[in-house]
Amino acid sequence: MNKEEHPGLYIHFPFCRSKCLYCDFYSVASSAAIPDWLRAVQVEALLYKERFHAFDSLYLGGGTPSILDERDLATLLETFREHFSFLPGSEFTIEANPDGLSGEKVKALKGLGINRISIGVQSLNDTDLKYLGRSHSSKQALEALETIRSGGFANMGVDLIYGLETQDIPGWRKTLDRVLQFRPEHISCYQLSFEKGTPLWKMRAAGRASAIGEKLERAFFIFTSRYLERRGYVHYEVSNFARGAEFRSRHNRKYWSHVPYLGLGPSAHSFQDGSRWWNVRSIRKYCSLLSEGKVPVEGSESLTREQLNLESLALGFRTRDGVDLRAPGLGPEPGETVEKLCKLGLAKINNGMIQPTRKGLLVADSIPLMFCG
Amino acid sequence: MQHIRNFSIIAHIDHGKSTLADRLIQHAGMVDARQFRDQFLDNMDIERERGITIKTQTVELSYTSRSGEVFALNLIDTPGHVDFSYEVSRALASCEGVLLLVDASQGVQAQTIANLYAAMDQNLTIIPVINKIDLPSADIDKVREEIEHDLGLDSDDVVLCSAKEGTGIVDVLEAIVNRIPAPTGDAEKPLAALIFDARYDSYRGTIVSCRVFEGRIRPGDTIRLLFNGATHKVEEVGVFGLAREARKELSAGSVGYMIAGIKTVADVRIGDTMTLDTNPVASSLPGFKDIKPVVFSSLYPISSDDYPSLLDSLEKYRLNDASLTYQKDSSIALGQGFRCGFLGLLHLEIVQERLEREFDQSIIMTVPSVQYRFTLNDGTVVTVENPQYYPDPILIKSSAEPFIRAMIIIPERYMGAVMKLCLERRGVNPRVAYPTPARIEITFDMPLAEVVFDFYDRLKTVTQGYGSFDYELIEYRESDLVKLDILVNGDKVDALSLIVHRDRARQWGVQVCDRLKDEIPRHNFKIAIQGAIGGKIISRSTISAFRKDVTAKCYGGDITRKRKLLEKQKEGKKRMKMVGSVMIPQSAFVSVLKAKDE
Repeated sequence: MNKEEHPGLYIHFPFCRSKCLYCDFYSVASSAAIPDWLRAVQVEALLYKERFHAFDSLYLGGGTPSILDERDLATLLETFREHFSFLPGSEFTIEANPDGLSGEKVKALKGLGINRISIGVQSLNDTDLKYLGRSHSSKQALEALETIRSGGFANMGVDLIYGLETQDIPGWRKTLDRVLQFRPEHISCYQLSFEKGTPLWKMRAAGRASAIGEKLERAFFIFTSRYLERRGYVHYEVSNFARGAEFRSRHNRKYWSHVPYLGLGPSAHSFQDGSRWWNVRSIRKYCSLLSEGKVPVEGSESLTREQLNLESLALGFRTRDGVDLRAPGLGPEPGETVEKLCKLGLAKINNGMIQPTRKGLLVADSIPLMFCG
Repeated sequence: MQHIRNFSIIAHIDHGKSTLADRLIQHAGMVDARQFRDQFLDNMDIERERGITIKTQTVELSYTSRSGEVFALNLIDTPGHVDFSYEVSRALASCEGVLLLVDASQGVQAQTIANLYAAMDQNLTIIPVINKIDLPSADIDKVREEIEHDLGLDSDDVVLCSAKEGTGIVDVLEAIVNRIPAPTGDAEKPLAALIFDARYDSYRGTIVSCRVFEGRIRPGDTIRLLFNGATHKVEEVGVFGLAREARKELSAGSVGYMIAGIKTVADVRIGDTMTLDTNPVASSLPGFKDIKPVVFSSLYPISSDDYPSLLDSLEKYRLNDASLTYQKDSSIALGQGFRCGFLGLLHLEIVQERLEREFDQSIIMTVPSVQYRFTLNDGTVVTVENPQYYPDPILIKSSAEPFIRAMIIIPERYMGAVMKLCLERRGVNPRVAYPTPARIEITFDMPLAEVVFDFYDRLKTVTQGYGSFDYELIEYRESDLVKLDILVNGDKVDALSLIVHRDRARQWGVQVCDRLKDEIPRHNFKIAIQGAIGGKIISRSTISAFRKDVTAKCYGGDITRKRKLLEKQKEGKKRMKMVGSVMIPQSAFVSVLKAKDE
């Protein structure tokens, strides 16, 4: 476990204006319960007051937390600052959607101490956006990027989705090019995945949507990685690119290196001292449990050393930093497998680390298993 | 003794033996409808699933005849597959008569004939029974005629029944008590009891099924096993009802069980004679054979730590299935294991399944082989049933392999298909006979190796289930044999090597490579599978690499999910064997020789 690093605080805001077809994060398309949630999440924060200290990141995710109004947001942040301490220079991120992100809103966010906006652009092609069920147009997305920049945000993350059946590589490059004009500090490029239970999943089952297939997925991935790296971005995790090491998402990296984090809100996950726990995936249950003075935890697990080691491999091989050659999860004699990985061009050894290549990142899910048994 | 009848039912597979047995048991009123499960005697899961009897089961029925006398009928069930002929012969040796069951629509089949000969060998009274007379396709007159002509039995003796409908059951029971002779024997003579079955019970030790021919056996007696002279003190004797029912004694003529705390599993051999230590019988009962296996395969624990437990399981298993032989073996790819001998491929599959289900063993079985003979230049003859020990080809003067005589009975319309199949399998010297109109009997001399793998399955496929098949070993014949090696990414997998006829080598090589291609999952690198003779590659297939499997997102809840999936995959990997860095599933080792369904 990574104890020397500071913990992160995650807040899950489970409300959206509308649901996107691909999304499996927990959120509802009605804002009726926002006041209940606001009350409950502050109660929940109080429960962990003694257990977490000195955060260096706060991440307001969702859902679409940018639809919270300024006053509510101010109350919320004030409560967190009251219960917990944040180190100077902490990263405060909010996720936002292009629709309804006005200049005033951006200014207000900045005023509240938020120093990073992660904006869900997904695509700058209207056919793609429609396919994904997004509620905004490409024009609105471009305007939002403009607004964030002119509002003085020096740290902007852009979320994109690629590998859609409506898309080809030149089309995808157009989206990338237009995004790159804003020189975002961080870009997440997620390959479209069909998550169980989503409308897109059902559409695929019914034959109305399909995946583009391994060959194209691979081509898109390699293209994306090379294209962005040539433009100065570090491909530091399977789906994440930063314009320099300092712009890697401080918060997300905690997930990948067993740094403790506290997740508040329905369905949020937390991790501390080798234990992981997660909240109920229902706003109603979440609020009612907290109003009865109970923790809204649905489940928890205490990881054995072996499980932690296995996770370290799984997470490590998803990052360009890779896995330490001395990592216990690799087993007593990893030499032969390491050599094989290198020979296959899936990894390189650098400074005592096994670092996946682009080709390696593409098969990252199967690499840990090569070291087991 | 006058009111005891010991009998078996013999039949071709699917002719309704188990159904008739069920009906007889029901009639005896032993089982009420609630307790009754179809195929009462077939109590192993595998038997129920496959609808075949593998192990003999015995049950004593009480029957009050039309004349008002009460009889004890010992029904000794027999396995119904060609692989188990020794067990059949021992069960038959315990009887005075048999019911020869023939399906009213299918008529006499190859195995009916084989079983009849076995019963005639033992000088048993034979009662022909035509079953399934309720079927619309039943042709009783034709079947009567076949019984008369093909089997040489008196068609006036035929009893008609439908076990499924329950008609004619009393006629069958009456024929048993009236026509099958009561057992003879003298309870005052020295004990001579035939062991025809045995099974292991972890609380009671070995439970021996036996037929007492002479003398009597009581708890407290000390018995001696003639095969090795071992002695044991009898704890309990009894008969087989629904469960074991203890009795004061078993005397001449009766069939039952004996428990003597026998923990030394190897002591009990099917076909052996038991006698009393104090007053032994002069000679063994006839017919004891150390049965010879014809198919060989090596068996390895998936995890090498399980070797001792596998050894223990094999010892216990063998008690119940004396036809299995085994000895220590080792392989570079698979570690420590056992070379086992089986009666046939079905037997092999059953052993594998029973070891897994009843003994909870995770095992890998290698490609089956027959026993080959090589004459070397210096005149020595070596017997090889493990391809690993194939002699250096330079030293081989000549090689030979076992041949069988295959008897196949089919409706005439399948003749072309069956001829083609047999010729493909290197069948020679075909002879065709027409035992009855519209049906033919084809006899071929064929190498056993061509039959053991999947011949019976293929025959059933090409004849749409109408083909019946039986075989006997005839002799060793000279043959041009080579060793086919299989390489996975350049590593030789010794457990996949096999000895084949040179003319068939390429075909086998292609088939094995293709099958492995289906069996081995895709890896994140390319896998080349090659078949080679000596250093020469004769076949090849390639498993392309999957080159993308990574999931896009990995945040909060994804991590637990990902780990759980990995843990599951890790568990699955334990059921795979690693060759270099290639994971080969357990199933691959045997399946390579089965042709794909066409």
